[in-house]
Amino acid sequence: MLAWTIYLSFAGAAAVLLTPKSKPQVTRVVALLAALAGFGLAIAGTIAYEPGSIVTVAQVPWIPQLGIQYHLAADGISLVLLLLTGIAATAGILFSWNIENRVREFFAFYLALIGGVYGVFLSFDLFLLFVFYEVAIIPKYFLIAIWGSAPNGDTSKRTYAAMKLALYSFAGSALVLAGILAAWVVSGAKTFDMQVLAKYPFPVHFQMWAFPLVFVGFAVLAGLWPFHTWAPTGHAAAPTAASMLLAGVVMKLGAYGCLRVAMMLFPAGLGAWGFHVLGFGSWRDVFALLALVGIVYGASVALVQQDFKFVIGYSSVSHMGFVLLGLMTLSQIGLDGAVLQMFSHGVIAGLLFAVVGRMVYDRTHTRDLKILSTMHLGRTLPFVAVVFTLAAMASIGMPGFSGFIAEFQVIVGVWHTMPWMVFVVGFGILVGIGFTWRALTRAFFSDGKRATAAGPPEHGPLAAVTWPERCGSLLLLAATVTVGLYPQILMNLILPSLNSPLFAALRNGGWR
Amino acid sequence: MIRILWLIPAIPVLAAGFIALLKRGQRKLAATAAIGALGVSLVMSVAAFASMLGNSGLQVMNFRWLQFGTQWISLGWLLDPLAAIMLVMVSFVGLLIFIYSIGYMAEDENFTRFFCFLSLFAGAMLAVVIANSLLLLFMGWELVGLTSYLLIGFWYHKPEAAAAAKKAFIVTRVGDLGLLLGMVWLYGSTGTLLFYNHGAGCLEHGALAVLVAHTTIGGMAVSTAIALLIFLGAAGKSGQVPFHIWLPDAMEGPTPVSALIHAATMVAAGVYLIARVYPLMSITVTPGTISTALQVIAWIGAITAFFAACIAVAQDDIKRILAYSTISQLGYMMLGLGVGGVAVGMFHLITHACFKALLFLGAGSVIHGCGGEQDIRKMGGLRRFMPITFVTYASGMLALCGFPLFAGFWSKDEILHAAHGWPMSLGPFYLGTAGALLTAFYMMRQVYYVFLGSRRTADEAAEAAAKAADETTAAHGHATAHGHGEPHESPAVMGIPMIILGFLAAFLGFVGTPAWPWFSDFLTGQTTTLDFGRFGEAGLLPLMAVSSLMVFAGLGLGWWFYGRKPIVSASQPDGLEQAMPPVFGALRRRLFVDELYAVTVVRLVRWGSALADVFDRFVLGGLAGLMALLVNGLGHIDNSLDTHAVNGGFDLGCRELATGGRWFAAWQSGRVQTYLRTIGIALIVLAVMLLWWGKA
Repeated sequence: MLAWTIYLSFAGAAAVLLTPKSKPQVTRVVALLAALAGFGLAIAGTIAYEPGSIVTVAQVPWIPQLGIQYHLAADGISLVLLLLTGIAATAGILFSWNIENRVREFFAFYLALIGGVYGVFLSFDLFLLFVFYEVAIIPKYFLIAIWGSAPNGDTSKRTYAAMKLALYSFAGSALVLAGILAAWVVSGAKTFDMQVLAKYPFPVHFQMWAFPLVFVGFAVLAGLWPFHTWAPTGHAAAPTAASMLLAGVVMKLGAYGCLRVAMMLFPAGLGAWGFHVLGFGSWRDVFALLALVGIVYGASVALVQQDFKFVIGYSSVSHMGFVLLGLMTLSQIGLDGAVLQMFSHGVIAGLLFAVVGRMVYDRTHTRDLKILSTMHLGRTLPFVAVVFTLAAMASIGMPGFSGFIAEFQVIVGVWHTMPWMVFVVGFGILVGIGFTWRALTRAFFSDGKRATAAGPPEHGPLAAVTWPERCGSLLLLAATVTVGLYPQILMNLILPSLNSPLFAALRNGGWR
Repeated sequence: MIRILWLIPAIPVLAAGFIALLKRGQRKLAATAAIGALGVSLVMSVAAFASMLGNSGLQVMNFRWLQFGTQWISLGWLLDPLAAIMLVMVSFVGLLIFIYSIGYMAEDENFTRFFCFLSLFAGAMLAVVIANSLLLLFMGWELVGLTSYLLIGFWYHKPEAAAAAKKAFIVTRVGDLGLLLGMVWLYGSTGTLLFYNHGAGCLEHGALAVLVAHTTIGGMAVSTAIALLIFLGAAGKSGQVPFHIWLPDAMEGPTPVSALIHAATMVAAGVYLIARVYPLMSITVTPGTISTALQVIAWIGAITAFFAACIAVAQDDIKRILAYSTISQLGYMMLGLGVGGVAVGMFHLITHACFKALLFLGAGSVIHGCGGEQDIRKMGGLRRFMPITFVTYASGMLALCGFPLFAGFWSKDEILHAAHGWPMSLGPFYLGTAGALLTAFYMMRQVYYVFLGSRRTADEAAEAAAKAADETTAAHGHATAHGHGEPHESPAVMGIPMIILGFLAAFLGFVGTPAWPWFSDFLTGQTTTLDFGRFGEAGLLPLMAVSSLMVFAGLGLGWWFYGRKPIVSASQPDGLEQAMPPVFGALRRRLFVDELYAVTVVRLVRWGSALADVFDRFVLGGLAGLMALLVNGLGHIDNSLDTHAVNGGFDLGCRELATGGRWFAAWQSGRVQTYLRTIGIALIVLAVMLLWWGKA
């Protein structure tokens, strides 16, 4: 049943191309139905799921000579991310309702991207996972390069951002491909099946170099510092729905790959080297530090951005740092928090980008905080102000929203393993509060006396908030609040899966 | 009762949700919903309180909430005398302030939004009170903080209000981070965040033994480190030095908010938190000694009590005086917890909640009546225009000063008594006593400026009003009680809550006198007997005499400097001078003393206060500013690093690749001659190499 999330998305992509060009409303509705269907299937799959099990969706030979199978399956972690994809996809379409330029192509690329993402989260064959991973990259390029923001008709920025994103993604994939092929050769089992490979005892020295290769390859897409630089420019240049997907699910592809491929297959790569370089005794130390730097660095760069969308872009770098740091704790709580943070950040960042890109920029045609501070948006767009306030509170880890539970778990995990880091993380959280508050007050609740010399641009009364925007906001808010108040709803999926035999080698006989 | 206890916070929260859905114009419905919901909560709180009267046992209700690694995190709520008394206080004072707000906010266009936030606040605060888990308490704590910022910034079009909200948000979040870290540490060490769980909670014997048994940096017991981190959170919320800087600025919010959140309930949440986790605060490695945490709390409390009282002397804004006074009184509560235990600190919390809420409501009534004026120098003689406000304000003022038999007298005296008996040091006692004198002094000053004053003061007010408004209003003077030029009494909807609180400020203290210590007995679960013999306890009566003396001295000094002057220096020549010049000469000498005082004591006090004020604004504020600057600098450094190094590196790499590509592309020229030439050269080189190497 879950396989239909992929098929329906691709079918939807084809279907929107067949809709009449003169009736964009039909195109939108078809796209929305396809996304809703995927979301519905993910929910149905979650309800039917038995905690801890691995649901095999499809398993047929594809290229038998190489042992490549068309193997789709899902465990709890996949399901969490499928749910996230469903939510983000639906909300993204609702926030793209006002796209007028080449509507059919836009939604076709969009749904193709969604299909690829579903595919990655469902693949249990390494090669298949890689294929879907690549499939997801290509539509991203076009979405940014064609529909991206072009301030004053200048398209060079979006072309640059699209190219940068594509290059970074492909460079990461190259590392991943090398690691995957090496695993195929070394295991000698002539299979790409992850359930088989997870049990195969790869030699430790092999894991020691294969792990960082694959981990970095995926982590590029998860915004690991210092390979994060595609993210802010990419987010800022992308059209709203694409930013939402980029931050919401594409960055999760990277984090998911880190966990599902690098850590699950090569857990010994995280072990001690046996010697110390500059205080680093293992890859785990190295990546934990990079994640930690990312948290503080992303937040501090966000603090001084003048462009509203860049603030959110860098905040994603900071929040994804929590995911990677949680993974590197190698503790059950930390990993659990990391997976939950993937979901939480996906929803919250999606909402933040929706506010900035769709609800504010499309009305005011500026993202400059200085100019926005003269517009009194808190009074002219009260609904948007309330949504952004709630999203900002969720983003800084206010209890009652999903982000708190996730970050709290990561912090407890870090406390158990690398206590001193907790204080640095705490500093990062404070800076995070700083930039969030700054953006919130400048954009919505400013007195407007710090007007620039140029003065606010001329604009008529701002358009009213539409129903698709309201529905999309409520969907995302409902998701983060539900998980924030009753996190067990996702914990039931994540925890048993982390304790399943797939991660036996990572647990190393028990969580560290 | 315990099973449905969760409804007490849930009902106001639901009401807030309901009000959020209303339209701006549906004012009556919004106010009715908020007041009705809190009324239900009050009834339930009283029922819970009544159930505690018969049996003072602890009741808990826990439930599993979240699977956390291999364990479960449970949440829950509890009912014990401490929670019961706090529930009644919060819902009762809250309800009165809600009713008052109908009048105060009547002309505000965002009336419904105001009641939505207020209702949400009440629910969150009640959740803090009944939480049986540090995590649940923290959730309520943050929600309380959030609504506080929203309400401080309620008039966000005022730049000061927006700035104040920001300051409150960031300063308290620093404290909250301490609380969060303490919570993580507590969880890491004990594996539970429930306070009481039938022997397995973190405040019960087993967990405390574990915390005491381990040491951390510097040989400090883990329990001490956690206790200090939790106190950091409490100090942030309760405005203890040096975190107090946000509270005076928070007065930018509407006055009912100041009364409810920044005087009676939320700022007292820090004190309540310490009282709630008192077993953790007081545990020591060697029994019988006083824990480091409690010593820190006592000293910080005492310093705050004195320091803030000094500053209050030099303020001219009616609400700022009360704000510094609140900080000072919160210091007393902390001092009480540190030196005397839960009952001592909590008793002052409860009495303070009543009289300080009253004072703020009175101040709000004054501001309302004077058309938004907050500067006490521009008031005066208001007792004639607003008698109800004056009488109730006087009751609150006397209670705050600790005038004998008023509520504050009993509770403050208990604190001073405990401080006097503290074995560690008498420093806090002296600070507290000096603070009592200052309290009486600045309140007397305020009352003279605002209510009493002479005709001259009233004329000045009229002149000031004339300057601000137009000439015709001034000509009519204060003959009419309408319009915004002249002061007028507030409507009954504001007056009645003040009258009720006025009674409490006068009489509430009798539930905790030394002869009938019902309050502390209720908290500890004993039955109370009336025994006047307890007044004879060693040192009790002398101490009461000393503290009363301090109050009289403070009131007297206030009269000396502010009450006496207007009468003597009235514009017409004094009758006494014409009748008996020698006596008048003596009076002159007194006047000379007065002037001497004015250039010495008063100026010293003023300078001291001004110094403290400057210190407060520039050093502590400056430190905060410096930190902000440093962090901002880090942001800029990281930003340029990102632009030039990380991003620049990428761009450079791309350019290099492109250049390389072009270079290689040049080879692919399509000119057959070049290809052939290259092949030829390569062949020759190859042949030479083969010949050369082939030989060897």
